[in-house]
Amino acid sequence: MPFVNWLKRNLVVIAGLLTLAYLLLPNVIVTVFSFNKPKGRFNYEWQRFSLDAWKDPCGVSDLCGSLSVSLQIAFWATLGATLLGTLIAFALVRYRFRARGAVNSLIFLPMAMPEVVMAASLLTLFLNMGAQLGFWTILIAHIMFCLSFVVTAVKARVMSMDPKLEEAARDLYAGPFQTFVRVTLPIAAPGIAAGAMLAFALSFDDFIITNFNAGSTVTFPMFVWGSAQRGTPVQINVIGTAMFVVAVLFVLASMAVGNRRNRHKA
Amino acid sequence: MSTLTEAPPPLAPEAPEPKPPRRRGRWTPYWLLLPGILWLLVFFALPMIYQASTSVQTGSLEEGYKVTWHFATYWDALSAYWPQFVRSVLYAGTATILCLLLGYPLAYLIAFRAGRWRNLIMILVIAPFFTSFLIRTLAWKTILADGGPLVGALDTLHVLDVTGWLGWTAGDRVLATPLAVVCGLTYNFLPFMILPLYTSLERIDGRLHEAAGDLYARPWTTFRKVTFPLSMPGVVSGTLLTFIPATGDYVNADLLGSTDTRMVGNVIQTQFLRVLDYPTAAALSFILMAAILLMVTLYIRRSGTEDLV
Repeated sequence: MPFVNWLKRNLVVIAGLLTLAYLLLPNVIVTVFSFNKPKGRFNYEWQRFSLDAWKDPCGVSDLCGSLSVSLQIAFWATLGATLLGTLIAFALVRYRFRARGAVNSLIFLPMAMPEVVMAASLLTLFLNMGAQLGFWTILIAHIMFCLSFVVTAVKARVMSMDPKLEEAARDLYAGPFQTFVRVTLPIAAPGIAAGAMLAFALSFDDFIITNFNAGSTVTFPMFVWGSAQRGTPVQINVIGTAMFVVAVLFVLASMAVGNRRNRHKA
Repeated sequence: MSTLTEAPPPLAPEAPEPKPPRRRGRWTPYWLLLPGILWLLVFFALPMIYQASTSVQTGSLEEGYKVTWHFATYWDALSAYWPQFVRSVLYAGTATILCLLLGYPLAYLIAFRAGRWRNLIMILVIAPFFTSFLIRTLAWKTILADGGPLVGALDTLHVLDVTGWLGWTAGDRVLATPLAVVCGLTYNFLPFMILPLYTSLERIDGRLHEAAGDLYARPWTTFRKVTFPLSMPGVVSGTLLTFIPATGDYVNADLLGSTDTRMVGNVIQTQFLRVLDYPTAAALSFILMAAILLMVTLYIRRSGTEDLV
């Protein structure tokens, strides 16, 4: 029975592709419904094709403002978390020091904590300090929870680095600074880039911690949350679709550049 | 906008230059650690202490709160909200198992069978992150809509009769039932299962599979005796990365569920942001934290993987 044999051999492929379909189905729906012209305030039922939302993505008040707030916070949070996280990762991999276990747990715990717990406790701190909730409190929170993920990503890369390369650089009379900039940093760069991308995605998409600590500032996820109660404009789907497409193109482009560079070296 | 251009972010001034190990100075690691660890101590550890203290305070919003070591708050919170706690663990546990069952084949496919499609599939797993998860969760409202094609098909196939009998759905609805919430949780945390699984599968030496085949192991035996045990680190960190955030989640229960599917996250959120009963909210989130740390520690001990970070 050739078909049964084929099925047996490719069962895992079929199961995997079904999971992939499950993962992508909502994105298909989001994209299709960005061309919808809903009757009421909610965009949950298909009515008819329309390009209205795509022609006027900022047509809903406050939507693009919230998007801009989210992008700014994600940018600064990525910068901060990547800087602090890379330093910690280098210290963890390259040096022996006391309190290593404590540092490791302090980095692991934020990843092992439900967001709502961190959100509530951080709000308690801000309320006790009398801090003005808004842009800065969101940024502080985002750097805090992105930090551990950057450390993990950079650490993995630095750990797999061959220390002989740096020794070779020193043997060739490169100073410590030159060794770091010309050898260490370029090799660690993919790890740092991966950490930064992760931080950006986590920060841009964060809702729970932001919702607790935002005060009256509205980020894009908070706008979506609010509209889920009041009425979902089609423009939300337009922005969701556009972000998806931009992300895919960005990754494809950076991969193409990486491939070209590798080929040049080879 | 203006605050951004005027002032630099507060993290820049304290950050020391990433000095190369000149003579492997004794203090260098501490300087490297200082800014980041300080950040975590002030904005992660300190809040936990504040919260612990809030949970044993009494008072009111108007008169202010005082620490009175009022531990009864914990008892009251537990006796009032234990169903939500049980529900959280139940939903998150089910979602985690589903994630493992669904995610493993895909991680395996990417690691061993995808060939030149590997990168593309990887991108497709990660890219949905960039469409806000709230928008994607709202899309499930459309997919699971009453009388929609999916629900209609499930109804015709009498699947809904079975799930209704189990108490997962109610009548001919899927939305606003436990099934919808678990489905949303599974969907939302699936990538957090797939990525660690893939990382540990990808590390497995392909020659081990060949060796197993040479020793007359059938494919299933090879998987059971070689592949799966070697992927255990991925299974452990994947289940943790799925279970922990799923337990505290309140977005899926709110958007896809009903008042009968409220999880502990919903209670904390309401107590904190709407009822403004801070001691109860703090006690609840402290119990949640303790429960999760306990479960995680036991789980890690059992599975024998210590190196998670």
